[in-house]
Amino acid sequence: MRKDLLGIGDLSAEEIYLVLDTAEAMREIGQRPIKKVPTLRGRTVVNLFYEPSTRTRTSFEIAEKRLSADTLNIAVAASSVLKGETLADTARNIEAMAPDVIVLRHEASGAGHLLSRICRSRIINAGDGMHEHPTQALLDAFTIREHKKRIEGLKVVIVGDLLHSRVLRSNVLLLTKLGADVWICGPATLIPPGMAPLGVRVSTSVDEAVAGADVIMLLRIQHERMHGAFFPSVREYFNTFGMTAARVARARPDVIIMHPGPMNRGVEIASEVADGPYSVILEQVANGVSVRMSVLYLLAGGQDGD
Amino acid sequence: MKRLLKGGTLVDPANGRTGPFDILIDGDRIGRVGRSLAAGADTAVVELPGGLLVCPGLIDMHVHLREPGQEHKETVATGTAAAVAGGFTAVACMPNTDPVIDNASIVGYVLRKAADANLARVYPIGAVSRGQKGEQLADIAEMRQAGCVALTDDGRPVATSMLMRRALEYAGMFGMPIIEHCEDPSLKGDGVAHEGPTASSLGLRGIPGEAESIMALRDISLAGLTGGAVHIAHMSARQTLDAVRWGKARGARVTCEVTPHHFVLTDAQLAEPVPYDTNVKMNPPLRQVEDRDAMLGGLADGSIDAIATDHAPHHADEKLVEFDRAPFGIIGLETAVSLCFDRLVHPGVISTSRLVELLSVNPARLLGVPGGALVEGAPADISILAPDLPVTVSAARMRSRSRNTPFDGWTLRGGVAATIVGGRTVYLNPACGDLGI
Repeated sequence: MRKDLLGIGDLSAEEIYLVLDTAEAMREIGQRPIKKVPTLRGRTVVNLFYEPSTRTRTSFEIAEKRLSADTLNIAVAASSVLKGETLADTARNIEAMAPDVIVLRHEASGAGHLLSRICRSRIINAGDGMHEHPTQALLDAFTIREHKKRIEGLKVVIVGDLLHSRVLRSNVLLLTKLGADVWICGPATLIPPGMAPLGVRVSTSVDEAVAGADVIMLLRIQHERMHGAFFPSVREYFNTFGMTAARVARARPDVIIMHPGPMNRGVEIASEVADGPYSVILEQVANGVSVRMSVLYLLAGGQDGD
Repeated sequence: MKRLLKGGTLVDPANGRTGPFDILIDGDRIGRVGRSLAAGADTAVVELPGGLLVCPGLIDMHVHLREPGQEHKETVATGTAAAVAGGFTAVACMPNTDPVIDNASIVGYVLRKAADANLARVYPIGAVSRGQKGEQLADIAEMRQAGCVALTDDGRPVATSMLMRRALEYAGMFGMPIIEHCEDPSLKGDGVAHEGPTASSLGLRGIPGEAESIMALRDISLAGLTGGAVHIAHMSARQTLDAVRWGKARGARVTCEVTPHHFVLTDAQLAEPVPYDTNVKMNPPLRQVEDRDAMLGGLADGSIDAIATDHAPHHADEKLVEFDRAPFGIIGLETAVSLCFDRLVHPGVISTSRLVELLSVNPARLLGVPGGALVEGAPADISILAPDLPVTVSAARMRSRSRNTPFDGWTLRGGVAATIVGGRTVYLNPACGDLGI
């Protein structure tokens, strides 16, 4: 396995399947009465979070603890960064204490690449700006495969704020690599330029996009940051793109509904859909732990050659 | 003391002279230019090795010397040392210093620093607006008297159409061009890279080429309205080149420059070989292949008037940060000539004579400064270039105080042999051996 996990872009289809298959084994650990194995005993994992995160940080921490790693959480408020030390200096200080793995969440795209160049520790990208969130895409793929038994040939529709979403980029890279028919859909103001070369279908009609879909994935609309610049109002967004039961009815009868969280009910997804029979949103959260255990094990579990 | 340079190939397009001419340097002046000149008793004869080009001094019309105020990035002394090592006998320096070059006393300060350094000539460019704030005109007439050659609010565009109109009218009285950093601020937003597939896949906020061309069209229109001269700085987008061609065709006084990095690199460099390399972050950004190729076309067909480096030094610590947080800009003085030979002359995009027009003749004309030709009696500002010299770029060995170049380690064909300013040899490239000048 490679040194770092910075993005799905670096992974081959074989490596993706290796992570997913290993995650199957990891899930069994979470079902035992004593949910702990000694795999990473004596290894130190630093969770370095420059952005607030409940779900991802907790998920990594549980995964690390189930593998018996020593974990340390560092939450850096953005305000203190502006007056304080640089990311490079923080990384060097942490590196001086010889951790084995640094899990990084940062608001700047490419922050993990900077750390990777500076640090000998293994870097796991837990979300960098608008770039990638690879473990999210891996847990999404794990969840899809569990329900559909395959990924190749599935119609997967991703709806929401595509422009600012790292989850979108990781999912597009992963799903196209594994042969899914990926559609992305949202208001034209929230579609990143130049996505077609990545092998996706782009649509601004949610009805067209969801027709016959096997998987519908919603992305969060950060309406508090939109200031009316990307679409006129939340009401208009919901009416035009919100995932309602009527729209879900256009998909295949066995469609699954996914959301990386946190959800805005009544914005990108109606409560009847979020809580409805097709929703696998909480399964995604549960699978996140297994997939992150898998990634930690594959990166740091072996005997280090270096 | 007179020196007679023999054996080189003279490239002097302003006088229509290219070929095996000798040149006599008499003190600080050019004595004579001619074929097979005879040496007098008081003249040392310098036999140049074959293949060297003897050119009028190169002039980089877009350089950030950072002094006063940002001496940790560059000073007039280190910047002019870099200039002469890059083959430039003169540079025009940008006013976005701290404080801004917006009055005669700061112009005088920069010129005194240049006299102390005594390397390349320095032509200060003054701010269009006081403090570059885009509100009131700066002290243009006084700066002109103190030695300013042009005006710009570089780093940003002249803020409003009305201020640009007034600036063109007012500067026109003194024959000074307005050098414009073309960028529509709202369209640029907080973009950090060229808008396109590369930026999208890296999750970087984009800046479309139209952010540049929209402002260029405004300024070209105003040049037409006022009769003033506008010079488009560091042009990067094919749409802007179209705008310049349109303006020239209808007789507006518009000229433009392109940087070596915009005719050599593309936004693919953001992903490879070093992802998110902050040394490929500049404004305007590296654009896509179609834009890069358009720049090559404009250099070849004469639409582009000058090559300038936009030499923008930044301290290594300032660049060792997240891509979003890094300052825009790279250094360029010490790589420009090699990139021009390797990417323009040797592949046959332009001739050496056109190269000298782009790097010397036209910058001198656009700024209204001496030089650009090898004229008997004029100051002996001469660049001796070595078109076939193998060069390996080494950031660590550069004279600039900063090291922010994406070309470190590149091997290129073509370089600088020697730089002569006012008859004085201010740079000799050790790789060319002892030329005896």
